[in-house]
Amino acid sequence: MNNRVMSDASIMNTSAWQDLAPLLSVRDVNKYYAPGKGCGPVNFDLYPGEVMGIVGESGSGKSTLLSCLSARQTPDSGQIIYNSEQFGEMDLYAGDESERRVLMRSEWGIVHQHARDGLRMNVSAGANIGERLMAVGQRHYGDIRAKAEEWLEAVEIDANRIDDRPSQFSGGMQQRLQIARNLVTHPRLIFMDEPTGGLDVSVQARLLDLLRNLVSQLGLSVIIVTHDLAVARLLAHRLMVMRRGEVVESGLTDQVLDDPQHPYTQLLVSSILQN
Amino acid sequence: MTTMIRVSGLQKSFTLHNQGGASFEVLNGAQLEVQQGECVVLHGQSGAGKSTFLKALYANYSVDGGEILLRDGDEMLDLTQALPRRIINLRQHCLGYVSQFLRVIPRISTLDVVMQPLLDLGVDKAICEAKAKDLLSKLNVPERLWHLAPSTFSGGEQQRVNIARGFIVDYPILLLDEPTASLDATNRKVVVELINNAKARGAAIVGIFHDEDVREAVADRLVDIRAI
Amino acid sequence: MSTATGYNFAYLDEQSKRMIRRAILKAVAIPGYQVPFGGREMPLPHGWGTGGMQVTASVIGEADRLKVIDQGADDTTNAVSIRRFFATTAGVETTESTAAASLIQTRHRIPETPLQADQILIYQVPIPEPLRFIEPRETETRKMHALSEYGAMQVKLYEDVARFGHIATSYDYPVMVNNRYMMDPSPIPKFDNPKMNRMPALQLFGAGFEKRIYAVPPYTEVKSLDFDDYPFEVQRWDENCAICGSDHSFLDEVIIDDAGSKMFVCSDTDYCRSRQTNATESATATEETLS
Repeated sequence: MNNRVMSDASIMNTSAWQDLAPLLSVRDVNKYYAPGKGCGPVNFDLYPGEVMGIVGESGSGKSTLLSCLSARQTPDSGQIIYNSEQFGEMDLYAGDESERRVLMRSEWGIVHQHARDGLRMNVSAGANIGERLMAVGQRHYGDIRAKAEEWLEAVEIDANRIDDRPSQFSGGMQQRLQIARNLVTHPRLIFMDEPTGGLDVSVQARLLDLLRNLVSQLGLSVIIVTHDLAVARLLAHRLMVMRRGEVVESGLTDQVLDDPQHPYTQLLVSSILQN
Repeated sequence: MTTMIRVSGLQKSFTLHNQGGASFEVLNGAQLEVQQGECVVLHGQSGAGKSTFLKALYANYSVDGGEILLRDGDEMLDLTQALPRRIINLRQHCLGYVSQFLRVIPRISTLDVVMQPLLDLGVDKAICEAKAKDLLSKLNVPERLWHLAPSTFSGGEQQRVNIARGFIVDYPILLLDEPTASLDATNRKVVVELINNAKARGAAIVGIFHDEDVREAVADRLVDIRAI
Repeated sequence: MSTATGYNFAYLDEQSKRMIRRAILKAVAIPGYQVPFGGREMPLPHGWGTGGMQVTASVIGEADRLKVIDQGADDTTNAVSIRRFFATTAGVETTESTAAASLIQTRHRIPETPLQADQILIYQVPIPEPLRFIEPRETETRKMHALSEYGAMQVKLYEDVARFGHIATSYDYPVMVNNRYMMDPSPIPKFDNPKMNRMPALQLFGAGFEKRIYAVPPYTEVKSLDFDDYPFEVQRWDENCAICGSDHSFLDEVIIDDAGSKMFVCSDTDYCRSRQTNATESATATEETLS
């Protein structure tokens, strides 16, 4: 991993943990399309360097929640306060859309389940990575290309594939490219929606390992939606279990998975095949 | 003497909602105090709650009532009230847990698995690596395996990798959940030595040991789980 | 003066012209911004300059003198028919001289002769949206314009440099107008881009198929996009114009026989002709002085 790209040990490791203000504060967020379809009320604080997993089966409202949190879906009610580097403390949906969009291409990253939702399939890998740099005003081709190469290597893609289009990449490579495209502007908060969904198991392992390293080396805060408890255990510090739109249990990841309290969590945990 | 662990009134029961709501009370008012440099060994029949107690001390299990105070520097932190990020922070520099099972992370080499906890504390990589190699040699993990991922190792090899990982950081508080189970005599002796070294540097240790010889060699105090 | 009967002056009815003029005024007020307008049917298909014609019809007056060029030439089919169309429906005077025209409707070129403050240049535009290449959704491109989110446009230039080693886009080269809106200058060669910057004449753009009008008011800053290390450059030719000898105008490559022989000539026919005339005149003048 390249030192110029990566910072030192994660924030979780420093003793400054207690002085930090929450990065994201979620208060009574509700979003329902129909009774039982949607999510809420949801409350939590996410601190710098924390990785929070949202687990639950399909239709439990976890993706809806992620859309609300990442400024892509206005909730029916409730507040999401984000502590921005550029704008200070901001109430996401009370503020200007332009600010939300600036966040999306600078301080935030979004990794979609389907790479084609997060990549421009008709331009090269280099341009995909460079786009965010150009979006924040960089205009030096050589620098942009050098950064793109660095990040390709950081996500374990051969730098000489820089001029290939994502459509020529395998599913796992596309997903890694999507991650590089997001990380190039050094975001503080990443939203991930089933990042390993639809990948072969062997490819999944590689991606998870990469994510785990990047998250701890860059001190990223992450909210990751997944229905795969093994993914949650590997990546998340804490978990939120959702069912029919509601949060039924939350806490330290290994505590929720090893000592589940709610009937639904117990069912979820006991449904995993042991190996 | 400095008190490192103070547990009082610990309550823990399990309710199996998906099996007719069956409920078991495992701990009822358990208490324990452990000093710096002391090794307390829990004993009692299988199913008496030794492991549950130890897991509660690591916050791996939640509790229904009582206090678990652990020393972090000048602070006595109540684990039952702490936020997840505080617990993770505590586990990183203050609270170690060694079981006989290695949770394998795909693709990561043995050496990296072992030195990761120390690396996470910001210690220089060369120092981490030297210490990891030293532990692996002591535990008789052959050098040719160090750069391989432990997922394909035998049970005993994985167990020793896990012990090396558990001892790489000098945690002030160390929880040992049968780390020597199914180890051969040679390696048991190595673990005993590691535990006694930890005691000597002032670690407070709570452990469960199946083997009588290990228990004899490390315990300052035996505590029957049903009596506490 | 109108020769055709039964038609309103310049073909369009006055209500439509008024509506288009309002769109033009708005476009002038917000340089580079695409103003939607209620496009009318013209008696020729979309793609043949109907957008430009509607703008021309709305601004033309009896006193105007109209010039129409297509790829720089006054004598191509499209140019001839549009010129004749307005001669017939508005009865205005037409000209092939850039300097003599008050209105110039153009497809794919800006005349070589610098335009003056009392002139209006009207472009025919096939695709008004510069961001379409990177973002097909109109709702999204509008938002990108509104919020000045133009980083994505740079992606196109990046791809050029990555593939060809230089910015290979040679026409339809995107520009920033007045440091605010990104604009598609219509498919003019990038050779012409610098002429748009601080041009004394008013520049109007009409897209008939997509029903959009936009404008660059006189003396407005127009900047072509580029990279710091790959600055904007215009085309250069090793040859001079085979007819007038110009070494600074936009040249067309013309195949002159079946053997593939070729020559380079000015694409701007009026400019080329006026240079020849001047050359002849000055030669004559020299002769007179000498004699």
